[in-house]
Amino acid sequence: MTQIGLNHFLFVSVVLFCLGIFGIITRKNAVMVLMGIELILNSANINFIAFAKYGNFGYQGQMMALFVIILAAAEAAIALAIVLNIYKTFSTVNVDEIDTLKD
Amino acid sequence: MTENLLIQFAIIILFLPLLGFVVTLFLGSKVKKIFLFENFVLILAFILSVIMVFAKLNYYPQENIVSEFHWISLNNVPLFGTLNIDLGILVDNISVLMIFVVTLISMLVHIFSIAYMHGDKRYNRYFAYLGIFTFSMTGIVFTHDILMMYIFWELVGLSSYLLIGFWFEKKSASDAGKKAFIVNRIGDIGMFSGILILFSTYHTFTFDKIFTQISLGVLPFNSEFWLTVTGILIFCGAIGKSAQFPLHVWLPDAMEGPTPVSALIHAATMVAAGVYLVVRVFPILTGGALEFIAIIGALSAFIPATIALTQNDIKKVLAYSTVSQLGYMVMALGVGAYKFAFFHLVTHAFFKAALFLGSGSVIHAMHHEQDIRNMGGLRKKLPLTYATFLISTIAISGVPLTSGFLSKDGILAGTFAFGSLTGQWFFAFVGFFVALLTAFYMFRLVILTFHGEPRNKEKFDHAKESPFVMVMPLVVLAALSIFIWYTPNPFNPEQGAFLSKWIKAPTIVVPQNARYSFMKNDVIKPAEQVQTAKPKTEAEITFSESYTEAMHHAHIPAMLLSLTLAGLGILLAFSFYQWKKLDPDKLANSIKPLYKLSYNKWYFDEIYQATFVAFTLGLSNVLYWIDTYIIDGIVNGSATVTKQFSKFSGTFDNIVVDGLVNLMATISGFIGLMFRRLQTGKVQTYIVVVVFSLVIILFLFKSF
Repeated sequence: MTQIGLNHFLFVSVVLFCLGIFGIITRKNAVMVLMGIELILNSANINFIAFAKYGNFGYQGQMMALFVIILAAAEAAIALAIVLNIYKTFSTVNVDEIDTLKD
Repeated sequence: MTENLLIQFAIIILFLPLLGFVVTLFLGSKVKKIFLFENFVLILAFILSVIMVFAKLNYYPQENIVSEFHWISLNNVPLFGTLNIDLGILVDNISVLMIFVVTLISMLVHIFSIAYMHGDKRYNRYFAYLGIFTFSMTGIVFTHDILMMYIFWELVGLSSYLLIGFWFEKKSASDAGKKAFIVNRIGDIGMFSGILILFSTYHTFTFDKIFTQISLGVLPFNSEFWLTVTGILIFCGAIGKSAQFPLHVWLPDAMEGPTPVSALIHAATMVAAGVYLVVRVFPILTGGALEFIAIIGALSAFIPATIALTQNDIKKVLAYSTVSQLGYMVMALGVGAYKFAFFHLVTHAFFKAALFLGSGSVIHAMHHEQDIRNMGGLRKKLPLTYATFLISTIAISGVPLTSGFLSKDGILAGTFAFGSLTGQWFFAFVGFFVALLTAFYMFRLVILTFHGEPRNKEKFDHAKESPFVMVMPLVVLAALSIFIWYTPNPFNPEQGAFLSKWIKAPTIVVPQNARYSFMKNDVIKPAEQVQTAKPKTEAEITFSESYTEAMHHAHIPAMLLSLTLAGLGILLAFSFYQWKKLDPDKLANSIKPLYKLSYNKWYFDEIYQATFVAFTLGLSNVLYWIDTYIIDGIVNGSATVTKQFSKFSGTFDNIVVDGLVNLMATISGFIGLMFRRLQTGKVQTYIVVVVFSLVIILFLFKSF
């Protein structure tokens, strides 16, 4: 069993990122898309923490991670409000069907 | 009464009729009684002019009061340098006397017209026209420069045209208006050329400045010949306006206008403007020019007098008599009898206006019958008209105790003196012969109109004396035809203030050797002395002693001869038409060609028709042809070329320019269609594109 190093963290982060993208692209439900976005943000957090641990940056990485968490919370609040409004307007939260911008 | 006040009076008199014209014209259709305002204005102008005459003749009997202003000031005109064109007002004895005549007769004619024109559908407009005429005539009288005179000259021409053609529904009236205007224009061209010569030589229009320069020896083109030409050219204006031979043909036709208009414009004032013009420019007329003027005057006195013998229209007889009397005045000026010419102008204005207004009264009473063959016996029906008409007729015939006798006698004496001094008895002969003719045809008119038995019973029965407003002017004018206003001695006009104090012959300024011999100074003064010895306020007579002498000697024989001839004329008229001792028809038959010549007015209209009018029409036709086929051809040709070019240019526009523009549009549309597909509106598609693009970019720019 090898020592867990920076690459492992990065690998997890990449997997999370790809899952997030995959979620955003494949899910039809807007809430699921938002969850994909959360996954991407978290993969970024892992990156920050990992570089902070293995690099020589002091606590800057952790600080950024905290910022991102707060930002994610704010974003979730706003995004869910938008989703609610979308639902009110179109009676659905299915992003495939919301394409009036095309016209 | 200061000089300044006189000038202000003159300006007020000048502009009052204009005010009347504007008000009457613009309110005429709304306010029915506005003509009373026009009458009021004229009465006011007349009162002012009476005050002015008295003030001028009492307080300033010698002065020429001038007030002028720069109308146009130009600096650095090529060839001229600084140029000031002045307009101004000149108040001297002649102009105040003339303004008295003009405003008096104009006022009387206004009052007369109230009744005469009653019921006309353009009643107010008629008074407005009279107003603008009076304004223009006043302008002519008061002007101190020839430019302003020319301006007002044309204005009287205009108002004359408007009034002759006042009843323009009648073809003959509108034709007469046009004829008067066009014939006047011929004379005015001459006058205008004369003014141009004067201006290009002296660079000023003011009479006084021109006279001063001529007396200093400055001549047009440095030759006396051109001074003569200038004088004759300016006189051309008078030929037109005063209806002198050969341009007299418009005046008889002008009788188509309302009769009061004939009295005001075509007898008393406007036609006298020509004489007034010659009076004004008299100092610059050379001997040659004066001789020309005298010949024109003699012909104009003689030819219309012979025509008047046979005319049957009451107004036509008076019209030809007017031309003849104007010819007298012009001839008098030509032979140097300056004072008597102006004197005759004034006296003639009064009695001829009385005659015309009297004929108006007759025509009014006879319900617009003008043919004297249908009249007769009107003496009983129209006693006042008859009395005034008779007094005026006596005056024009030159019977003693009348004003006409005084002035006409003076003119005849002038021609007589001229004959004895120069040996040219032609003018004296014409003058005396015309005096005979005048007495004859005027009494023929009176007898046929007022005496004998009525020849048209029906019209005679309806005739009745005219109302007060028509008779009053007649009485006033007839009263002014009596000698007492002009001189206390009915046989010697020189004793009156009119000739001895008020009118002075002006100083002749033309070079000595260009004058009549009797107008030369007896003692030739050195040049600078001449200049200083002539203050303009003191217009002294420059006729020589010999002329005064001759005039003195001519007085008695001329008077006796003219009395004899006038008596003979009257006697002949009575024996032909009253006592029927002689038969006019038989006489007419025995000299048939002469009778026809006179009856057809010497065929002047026919001759002009055949020559000038036909020539002008022919020329116009040629020009018309040139216009239609050559000018129009060129214009149409260029139009066709332009049209073809436009067509080509249009096609080019449609195909090439529009094609390019449309092509661009099509390409844009096509590209738009292509890219439209990318915009699905689905967020996820965009993200896929972004992710894949990112991946591709990473691979493209990879550093590993």
